[in-house]
Amino acid sequence: MSQLLAVVIDGIVYASWLFIIAVGLTLIYGVMKILNIAHGSLYALGAFTAVSFCTAWFAHGYAAAGSFAMLAAAAIVVGLVFGPLIERGLLRFMYGKDEVVLVLVTYALFLILEDVIKLVWGVDPLLVQGPNGETPYSILGNFEASGLSYPYYNLVLVGVAVATGAALTWVLTRTRSGKLLIAVIHDREMSAAMGIDVGRTYFVTFTAGAMLAAVGGALTAPTVSVVTGMGAEVIVMAFAVVVIGGLGSLPGAALGAFIVGMVRAASIHYKPELELFSVYLVMAVVLIVRPKGLFSGAEVRKI
Amino acid sequence: MKIGTVLRACVAVTAALGISLSAQAQDKKTSIKIGFVTFLSGPAAGPFGVPAKVAAEAIVESLNAGKAPPPYQSKGIGGLPIELVIIDEAGGATKQVSEYRTLVQRQDVDVVIGYIGSGDCLAVAPVAEELKKLTVLLDCGTPRIFEDASYKYVFRTRPHATMDAVAATMYLLDNRPAVKRVSGINQNYAYGQDSWNDFEATIKTMKPAVEIISSQMPKFGAGQYGAEISALISSTPDVIHSSLWGGDLEAFMLQAQPRDLFKSAQLVLVAGEPYLHRLPGKIPDGTIVGARGTNGVFAQDSPFKRWLVEVYKAKAGLEPNYPAYSTAQSFLGLKAAYEKAMRDKIGSAIPMGAAKNVKEEMEKAYSPPNQEEIIAAFEKLTFDSPSGKVKMALGKGHQAVMGTAYGTTRFENGVVKVGNIKYYEAERVTPPEGVTSLDWIKSGFKRPN
Repeated sequence: MSQLLAVVIDGIVYASWLFIIAVGLTLIYGVMKILNIAHGSLYALGAFTAVSFCTAWFAHGYAAAGSFAMLAAAAIVVGLVFGPLIERGLLRFMYGKDEVVLVLVTYALFLILEDVIKLVWGVDPLLVQGPNGETPYSILGNFEASGLSYPYYNLVLVGVAVATGAALTWVLTRTRSGKLLIAVIHDREMSAAMGIDVGRTYFVTFTAGAMLAAVGGALTAPTVSVVTGMGAEVIVMAFAVVVIGGLGSLPGAALGAFIVGMVRAASIHYKPELELFSVYLVMAVVLIVRPKGLFSGAEVRKI
Repeated sequence: MKIGTVLRACVAVTAALGISLSAQAQDKKTSIKIGFVTFLSGPAAGPFGVPAKVAAEAIVESLNAGKAPPPYQSKGIGGLPIELVIIDEAGGATKQVSEYRTLVQRQDVDVVIGYIGSGDCLAVAPVAEELKKLTVLLDCGTPRIFEDASYKYVFRTRPHATMDAVAATMYLLDNRPAVKRVSGINQNYAYGQDSWNDFEATIKTMKPAVEIISSQMPKFGAGQYGAEISALISSTPDVIHSSLWGGDLEAFMLQAQPRDLFKSAQLVLVAGEPYLHRLPGKIPDGTIVGARGTNGVFAQDSPFKRWLVEVYKAKAGLEPNYPAYSTAQSFLGLKAAYEKAMRDKIGSAIPMGAAKNVKEEMEKAYSPPNQEEIIAAFEKLTFDSPSGKVKMALGKGHQAVMGTAYGTTRFENGVVKVGNIKYYEAERVTPPEGVTSLDWIKSGFKRPN
């Protein structure tokens, strides 16, 4: 029983982390039909920027609690700088091209950004760490559940994931811009003819997606050592999640993340040697039963 | 006028001939070109690849200046300066095989030194054999290279990884004979799997009563270890074995330490030594650490160690870690073999006055040794290195054996110190020739008398 509780907690924490990373990917695909491989680089940029911001913060001797603000600032800065830069500077010249071409374009961008990261931050692993070894991960303390201690930082991840999901759902279903967005998803040309600024919609969507990737990176930074190539590792898991859920579907990303998180946690606790296999087994089974993912009902009703 | 022109032309032709003749004379050999392959990007670059590159550059500079301690005092290798061509090891085994071909066939290097990843070593070794190019493997650990195959052109100047597991188990049982429950966390790829399998087999052979509770095998570069840590805590082990390294090790320690995983469980970090200075306060006291040989803090004082520390510190500002020691071993091994081949040639030359073609014979004896002669000298060679004496004893004289050491950490005045260091001789921790590591462990460490 207590082990089952541990599986559920571990699963939910991992699912939250996955959802934060995957939701931006599925948002951009849903609206723009771009499978953005560079999502992994934006995640890595978020993490590296978070390291730089937090290091500067600690170097000034400010209170460690403020490092959370630095994580948020890193995500916002990366999103606001690189989102518009990539969308205005590159992607807008590619709209209307085949989806495969866009995958290649974003893959090229991914390779370029990986090298940019190497040029700026070098290849040494970096840590978000204060002068006495304190990190945003450890300063919040732990809570006990089923005989195991978990850091409260895990709850921050769950909170951010739930808030992100709720905010996106609210924008898409309850606001005017959300309705305009859904119109654009349904029929881009007709929306443009009706006076919707499609270019602006794409611009905002891509910037939001980029920022979500950076949020994932910034929140991950304190728990890992930040190394070049971390974006490539993450993009694979994010793809697995959105493919299970159905590309471009918001509830799909949530369910996909939940399933992957639970399956992975269960296999680690009960059958550790099957960990990697189990995630891809789920993906294979889902794709056999529903080749377009769990939430891919009507082609036009994505997001 | 006409005669003058002819004369001038003659002079010009003679001069041109002279130049081309002297160019031909110089063509014979002016340097030794070494292709050096190491990780310059990716997760292995920071902890292993870049220190190896820095060490290679520092060592080559010092060797070329003739500043290494005797018997390595001659300039470069056998008097010829070393020229380095450095290549990135990132990108996987397939890419490395084609990069290797480029190095050998286009860049025309004399020797290749390199490879940290076991997968890269396993892929490149047969290609070295096919292209007949002397290749010294730098830092990979898998024992399978010379246990599953036999090579003429491939050498490895560092010991293989079996001794890491065997000595770790001996150290653990020496210091904690009552150990009962053991868990492990290792990466799901060649090195991680081998490390765990060797450790599991060794501890089951040496102390069959030990229970193996949980073996976690996260993906390489997984980053998130929350569930693994929960599973390890629930398994209530006395000891946790880990061969994690680089970013994965750091992420695991960052996530595990606040969750009190190490309050009751002692940690064994097979390759933990290079991280001691990076994770102060995050490595719990009493952690057993190794450096995959008598490298770094385990290296005993010698002129060679002092030399490496000096040239490495001058370049990097840090103490050399174990990949830097492996790099020193590969260059010094090659130099020792090359210079032994030179001496062998001169020693076996026909004594002066006894032969008809004295001049030709002496020229031959003093010409640089060819690859076959270097290989003959390299096999079964014994040479000095910053980590001690290296014996090319296994794999028909192509695989080095050395002793190793383990120690226990304690945190003192803001730095992690390693104490209670124990040394294990090569014969105790390495299988004999002709027996694979796993068979040797399962046989109860039998040695032919």
